[in-house]
Amino acid sequence: MKQLRAVFAEIGSNVLLLVRSASYVGTLPRQRARFIEQCYMIGYTTLPIVGILSFFIGSVLALQAGYSMQNFGVTQYIGSLVGLSMTRELGPVMVTILVVGRVGSAITAELASMKVYQEVDALVTMNIPPARMLVLPRLAAVLFMMPVLTIIANIVGWFGGAVVCKFTGFISLSPNAYYQSLRQYMVFKDVADGLVKAEIFGFVVVLVCCNIGLNTRGGPREIGAAVTRAVVISLILILVLDYFVTKVLM
Amino acid sequence: MAETISATSPVAAEPSPAATVSVEGLGKNYGEFEVFKDVSFKVEPGEIFVLMGPSGSGKSVLLRQIVGLEQPTTGRVLINGHDAASQETRDHVRLGLVFQAGALFNSLSVYDNLALYPREHQLGTEKEIKDRVMRALQILSLEKSAPDFPSRLSGGMKKRVAIARALVMEPQLLLYDEPTSELDPVMSATIDEIIGTLKNEYHVTTIVVSHDRDLALNIADRVGILMDGKLIHVGPPADLHHPTDPKIADFLNPKIDIKNPRFKKLEK
Repeated sequence: MKQLRAVFAEIGSNVLLLVRSASYVGTLPRQRARFIEQCYMIGYTTLPIVGILSFFIGSVLALQAGYSMQNFGVTQYIGSLVGLSMTRELGPVMVTILVVGRVGSAITAELASMKVYQEVDALVTMNIPPARMLVLPRLAAVLFMMPVLTIIANIVGWFGGAVVCKFTGFISLSPNAYYQSLRQYMVFKDVADGLVKAEIFGFVVVLVCCNIGLNTRGGPREIGAAVTRAVVISLILILVLDYFVTKVLM
Repeated sequence: MAETISATSPVAAEPSPAATVSVEGLGKNYGEFEVFKDVSFKVEPGEIFVLMGPSGSGKSVLLRQIVGLEQPTTGRVLINGHDAASQETRDHVRLGLVFQAGALFNSLSVYDNLALYPREHQLGTEKEIKDRVMRALQILSLEKSAPDFPSRLSGGMKKRVAIARALVMEPQLLLYDEPTSELDPVMSATIDEIIGTLKNEYHVTTIVVSHDRDLALNIADRVGILMDGKLIHVGPPADLHHPTDPKIADFLNPKIDIKNPRFKKLEK
């Protein structure tokens, strides 16, 4: 019962932070420097790792698919399998997981540190709401950058699959045939659904990471514990949300 | 002090009326643990009130409740007649709090630390903000440190930057949490002088939490002593030269008895 109450308190706290942040949306134009800084943090710094991992996810997907499908003589459909898997599922999920590891943990650590060392209290006494200055630019930036990162992850993943299909002996599928199959079975809704998922996941994990950071109490040890907690909760949330969002979008 | 400033307000031409603080029957518990109870006092506009007490007596907790960072368990704090924690108070009364460790924003330079408040509240053009910030830095003799980051500053400089940051707000109520802790005697005296000068020149209501006896005797208009969870004394600093209460006398003039049983181990 106590744990259930804690879960609801956590949800309530996140909703409250969201409402508070949303009430300052009008201040976003004059916070553009912070917004751009956060876009750089969330987008640009995550891009290399998104590129590398997406390439290999697409490659492994093509390799495994080729290995299984060669027995049935249907390797020409690898393109659509890799394309749909990346677009609908692996692209948004992997990008969010990378954002949690690369950015979410840093957000929690920064905000927790600001809280523990009374910088957040200083903002409150200066009548500068932390939700406006610390949370809103991050939420806006993640909404802006998630589709960009997901589209890049999809394209690089598709390319990884194409490279494997071309250079793996037992598949030997030309890039033309690969991309033709990819185009044939994929519609705009698949791409849009993937982007919607990425937006939802990214927004939720950044909100959770901000909330955990801002509610940290104690000292340096608690900052580390807050980061661990933020990453674990975010990863669980991504997978739980993934099921429900997929179900709704089907 | 760097110089004498003739304006009524430290960094702007417009005077700002000082705030009145009323603490009424304040009590704070953390679970079963009672930090203090039934604390009442009033700080008049332009007064310096120094709250003293031994470590752990709840002085800083009381200060956090005065600025509305924590909710009291019982009682209330009113600033200009409004609840200290309410948004209305924050919107209408400018509170400056100088934290014990400074609480400077480590990711911002000294200049940007000071410029944050006027920028966020859109209190003028960038040039006007620069004038305001440089004025505050000048008062605290910190002009050369403007581009530095807090990590490069000494403890005393951090405290002065924190005071300058509060000053940029043109506060009606200025609160200090242990302003002279961890400072050498010269720097402590400088901070005492700054607090006294700000009050005299700009008529800011000031509450200082400290266990520094010299600071209290030098700058306070009135001194409150918080001990054993109660406010046991409120009065002018002159009362503390020859205190009649043995508890206060022990606190202000501690006598180290080498025969005390706690030193027996050392004797062996």
